[in-house]
Amino acid sequence: MDRARTAAAPAEAPAAHRTGVAVEHAEQRPPSDGEAVFAVRDLTVSYGSNPAIVDVTMEIRRGEITALIGPSGCGKSTFIRCFNRMNDLIPTARVRGEITYHGVDLYGKGVDPVEVRRRVGMVFQKPNPFPKSIADNITFGPKVTGMKFDPDEIVERSLKRAALWDEVRNKLDDSAYSLSGGQQQRLCIARAIAVDPDVILMDEPCSALDPIATGRIEDLMRELQERYTIIIVTHNMQQAARVSDRTAFFTAEVESEENDHRFGRLVEYDLTENIFKNPQDSRTEDYVTGRFG
Amino acid sequence: MDTQPQTSAAGTPAVEVGAAERGSRSRMDLGGRSRPGERTILAVLALCGALSIFTTVGIIVVLIGEASAFFRHVPLRDFLTGTEWTPQAGLERGSFGVLPLLNGTLLVTAIALLVAVPLGLGAAMYLSEYAPERVRKLLKPSLEVLAGVPTIVLGVFALNIVTPALRGVLGAAGIEVDFFNALSAGLVMGVMIIPTVASLSEDAMSAVPRGLRESGYGLGATKRQVAVRVVLPAALSGVVAAIILGLGRAIGETMIVAVAAGNLPTITFDPTNQVQTMTAYIVQTVGGEAPRGTVKYQSIFAIGSLLFAITFLLNVAAQRFVRRFREVY
Repeated sequence: MDRARTAAAPAEAPAAHRTGVAVEHAEQRPPSDGEAVFAVRDLTVSYGSNPAIVDVTMEIRRGEITALIGPSGCGKSTFIRCFNRMNDLIPTARVRGEITYHGVDLYGKGVDPVEVRRRVGMVFQKPNPFPKSIADNITFGPKVTGMKFDPDEIVERSLKRAALWDEVRNKLDDSAYSLSGGQQQRLCIARAIAVDPDVILMDEPCSALDPIATGRIEDLMRELQERYTIIIVTHNMQQAARVSDRTAFFTAEVESEENDHRFGRLVEYDLTENIFKNPQDSRTEDYVTGRFG
Repeated sequence: MDTQPQTSAAGTPAVEVGAAERGSRSRMDLGGRSRPGERTILAVLALCGALSIFTTVGIIVVLIGEASAFFRHVPLRDFLTGTEWTPQAGLERGSFGVLPLLNGTLLVTAIALLVAVPLGLGAAMYLSEYAPERVRKLLKPSLEVLAGVPTIVLGVFALNIVTPALRGVLGAAGIEVDFFNALSAGLVMGVMIIPTVASLSEDAMSAVPRGLRESGYGLGATKRQVAVRVVLPAALSGVVAAIILGLGRAIGETMIVAVAAGNLPTITFDPTNQVQTMTAYIVQTVGGEAPRGTVKYQSIFAIGSLLFAITFLLNVAAQRFVRRFREVY
C-alpha cells in the first residue's frame, strides 16, 4: 500500500508545474453518474484462431475519460479499436460478444462502420496527419462526411479546441509535416474534432512525444472532456493517473507455452483513484506499483 | 581454442601474436590476411560497372559525332522547327524538319497514355486497395508478364487484329481509317505500358503507411474516399514517376509503330491517319538504302540524339519525383 502511494505521488507533480489547472481538475474529478455511452458484454476479439482479448465486460460513461492500461500484448489496442469498428479493416479479425453504443448493437446487422466512425473519432499512436496543408487536414473529415460547413470557421474552431490555433494561425496553408510531433498530434486531435464526434478514442496518443508535448495533450484532454467522451490507451501509468476518471487494467495471459501467444483479460475496472490507491486485485497492485510489467 | 583467448583477453597484443605464431590462432590476432577471393570479386564487379559506363559513353560519343556531322549540313534550327521531312530527296532538294516525326511520336504516345494511365491506375488501385491478398499475389505477377511480351508480337497484333477491327467498327460509322494508322499503334502501345504504370503505381500506393489510411477511415471516410483522397494524393509523386517512365517507354518504342503506324511523315492530329514516328524512321533508314556518310545516314543520329535527350530528361524528371515521394512521410 505504501508503495502504491509513492507510485501515484510523482504523477501529480509535473501537472502542478505545468499549469496548476490540471491539479485543480484532478481534485475535482467527479465520479460521474453519466449514462453509459458504450456497454461491453463478454467481448472476445480474435485474429484468425488466436484470441487477442477475452471476455471483457465494462461500461464507458458519457463525459468521462476512461484509461485502458496494462502490459504489452494485453489487447488494449485491439479493444479500443472495437469501439469504432477499426478492427473491420483487418481481414482475420473476429469480434464476438456485444458492444452497444447508446443502446444500439455496434456490430449488429445494418450498422455501417463508416457511420460509426463519424461519431466515434480516433487519434493514433503515431501522429499521422495527411500530407496536405494544415487547413486541408481539418476539412478532410467534414468533406468526406458531406457536412455543410464554412471552412474558415471549422478550421479555426477545431484548432482552437485542440489548443493549436495560436501556433498555426498564420500558416494554415503550410504542410502539416512542417509541424513538430506534438503539434502534429494536436492537429490530429483537431482533425478528429472537426467532424464533431461524440466519442474520441486515443490509442497511446503521447507515446511518440516528449514530456512537454505530452503535458499539453493531457491538458487538452481535460478541456475536451467537457464536450466529448474520451477513451485512452496508455502505457504510461502516471498518465492514466493524471488524466483519467476511470481506469481499466488488463493483463496478458499466456495461451500456451509453446508459441508464447498472449491474450488479454480485464482484471479490474474502477475509479482511477481506487485503481491506483486501493486496488482490489493483487495483479493490479503489482502492476501499478511497478512490481510487474 | 575457446578458453585461451578468453583468459588472455586482457593480455598485451604481443603475447597474442606470439600465440598466433605458435600455430593456434587467437582471437586477438588482428593482423591482415590475404583474401584473394575478395580482390578478384571486387575487380570483376568493378569491371561490370565500368563496362556499362564505357558503353554509355561510347554510344553518346558516336551519337554526338554523327549528329554534329549532320548539323554541319542542316542547321539545328531548321531541324527543330522545319515542318517537312523529305530526306530521300537528298541534301539539295530535301528538307529536314523533324516536326512531322515528332508529331507522329507524340500522337501515338498520347493515345498510348490515354489508354495506359486510366487502366494502369485503375489496376494499381484495385491491387493495392481492394484486391484480397490472394488475388493480389496472383494478379500482380501476371500483369508483369504482359511487360514481357516482345513488342514485335504486339506490333503484328496491332496490324493484323486491331487495325482490321478499327476499320470495321469506325468504317461502319463512316470514319475512314488508313491501313497504317496512329490509333491502332497507340492503343496497343498503351496496353504495352500498362504494366509499367500499374506495377510502379501499385508499389507507390502500397508504400503509403497504413496509419494514413486508418486516419482516413477514422474520420468516417469510405473505402473509395480513402483510396481517392488519401492514398492517391499521398502516392502521387510515385504515380507520376510511373507515368513518366511509361511515357519514356512509349516514346522510345519502335517495333509496334514501325509495323502498324506507317511510314509517312505528316503533321496531323487525326489518329486514323498514317504517320511516321522518330523510331520508325530510324528503322526504315537502317533497313538498307542509306549509305554511310550520306546526310540521310547522319540524320538517324540526329534523331537518335533527340530521342535520347527526351528520354533522358523524362528519366531525370521521374527520378526527381521519386525522390520527393520518398521524403513525404
